[in-house]
Amino acid sequence: MNKNNLILYSGILIFGLAAPFLFPAFKVQLSILCVLIVLATTWNIQGGEMGYNSFGNILFYGLGMYLCASVQVGMFFPLAEWTESGGEKTFVHTPTQFFQGMAVGLIVAAVVPTIVAGLIGYSILGLRGHYFAICTLGLGVAAGEISGGIEIIGAGQGFTTPPFPDVGSLEARGEFFYFLSFFTLILTFIAVRSIYSTRFKLILNAIRDNEDKAEAMGIETMKYKIIGWMISAFFCGLAGGIMGGLVGYIDSTDVAFDGREMGVFMVLMAILGGKGTLWGPIIGATIFHIFKEGFWTFFLGWQYVALGVLIVVIVIYFPEGIMGWLREKYPERFGEVVDEKDRKAQVELK
Amino acid sequence: MDFLVFQYPMITVQACLDGILLGVLFALIAYGMALQWGVMNIINIAQGDLVILGGYIAYFMYLYGIHPAWGVIVAPVIMYFVGIAIYKLVINKVVDRDLFISILATFGISILFMQLMNFAFGADVVLANSGYGTTMLFDSNVVLPNSKIFSAFISILFAACLVIYMKKSKLGRAIRATAQNARAAKILGVDTEKVYAATFGINAALCGVAGALISITFTIHPYMGLPYTIRSFMIVIVAGLGNLPGVAMSGMGLGVFEEFADYILGTEFRIGSVFLLLVLILVYRRFKLSRKREYLK
Repeated sequence: MNKNNLILYSGILIFGLAAPFLFPAFKVQLSILCVLIVLATTWNIQGGEMGYNSFGNILFYGLGMYLCASVQVGMFFPLAEWTESGGEKTFVHTPTQFFQGMAVGLIVAAVVPTIVAGLIGYSILGLRGHYFAICTLGLGVAAGEISGGIEIIGAGQGFTTPPFPDVGSLEARGEFFYFLSFFTLILTFIAVRSIYSTRFKLILNAIRDNEDKAEAMGIETMKYKIIGWMISAFFCGLAGGIMGGLVGYIDSTDVAFDGREMGVFMVLMAILGGKGTLWGPIIGATIFHIFKEGFWTFFLGWQYVALGVLIVVIVIYFPEGIMGWLREKYPERFGEVVDEKDRKAQVELK
Repeated sequence: MDFLVFQYPMITVQACLDGILLGVLFALIAYGMALQWGVMNIINIAQGDLVILGGYIAYFMYLYGIHPAWGVIVAPVIMYFVGIAIYKLVINKVVDRDLFISILATFGISILFMQLMNFAFGADVVLANSGYGTTMLFDSNVVLPNSKIFSAFISILFAACLVIYMKKSKLGRAIRATAQNARAAKILGVDTEKVYAATFGINAALCGVAGALISITFTIHPYMGLPYTIRSFMIVIVAGLGNLPGVAMSGMGLGVFEEFADYILGTEFRIGSVFLLLVLILVYRRFKLSRKREYLK
């Protein structure tokens, strides 16, 4: 790690730790931003690096959301009565119960989707290209529709997550969730960064560039594809668990398995920032979140129209993303050796 | 619940007939998708939203006192131009790009259409009442709305017309040539750009017909598009591109499957079972092909 990086990272860390006190009104927004960055970064592992464009990571996100809330409630109260009463006053979590439940819930929310990804991975990842994309899209929507029919997790009427307990301070809820999501973000970043410096990333890139050749070179592609998807699922589940607590209410198709919103957002953020780069999804998610919040606030009702137009515009005119554009403009900064003659020839060609 | 289907055979007959009549409609939409997939190599996620838009055209005619069955004539004409407009604005920029790009771009169009329809027509579930009455079969144990029979008849009519048009007309020949080899067609003087636009327009027009029929027989809602896309995608991958009898058969099969899923699992799992079936079919084909060390292309 060189000096510049150290300054950058410590700057971001200090800003992250100080942010809820500097901008107390934006705590929830900042927490959502952290979750979005986690989603975009982990989508990028199999979407950008591995070349398996999935619309179905929302499956793990929603699964984590439901699991975290169910565990948090189910550890102390009967789950069926909770969902039936809509989480009314009869059941109140004490602070200890709440935090214990949250901790266990988040572990379950991260581990179970990982196992699910491992189990279905062998079947689903055998599909390629657009078949994989459509199959995962179907998986996400099916999960939403089916969970909307299951009584014990609230069916169509939704599931209220346990309200934050009274710990004496009004700011506590926002700060708790902010730091939870911020530390998840740091954890994700460290994990992804260390993954990207290993041979594993090169294998993923080989799979993206030419899977048959990678297999011919003796790489067990299926194994690595499943591992890549499982890493994605782990962080998606974690992010879902946090988001469930943050939103406070889980609906099968509008919050948890929201393929139309969150499922597309994570793809879009990664593409906007630049697929297959470490910083791309982070930059993309930040810009996207600022844009989205601005639009959601000032043009309420037109947000989906804007979203649709945004998708089309980004995909058609900006498929390389911000990092891709920067890379083309300043290749030296990305460690590429450029021959001066080569560049001149290219300029002349244009 | 499941023994009901076997104890009362009339329910089985009812479900089968309903399913077949519904499946003909699915097959019509799937035919459009197979056409543009084969010619332009694009998977149009907005297919279902074009269907719903066609349905709203018929519904509006109904609101203004015109019989909604005329929507079958009007909707395709309007939808043809909508299709051309979509092609000119978006699709022609993604035709020769990566398939994922086109999926994502049409996903964007789908979201856009959904929300615009939601603004324009409201978020209510609506249907255009055709007033066709019902037909009773088997001592009135099986009830078939005449509108369903009408819609199946019209779908077959349109599909047949299109097949003949594709075989006989000049544009049809150009479309088939482009589907076989776009580059060779270009060399031989086919304006592929025009062919692509026409193909997308024809696809949209077919969606318009299907939508108008759906608004008469079933209900429409701005957010109901995606299941139609998934159904037509499923039908096409089961039947294969350019296999017309296959499209018709698998369309009807899907219709029957859905009706039975509705009876056995309950209505709340209907859409979910369609999407799960898609996943199962893809996984089945993947395992079947992987024995030969191939994959779906």
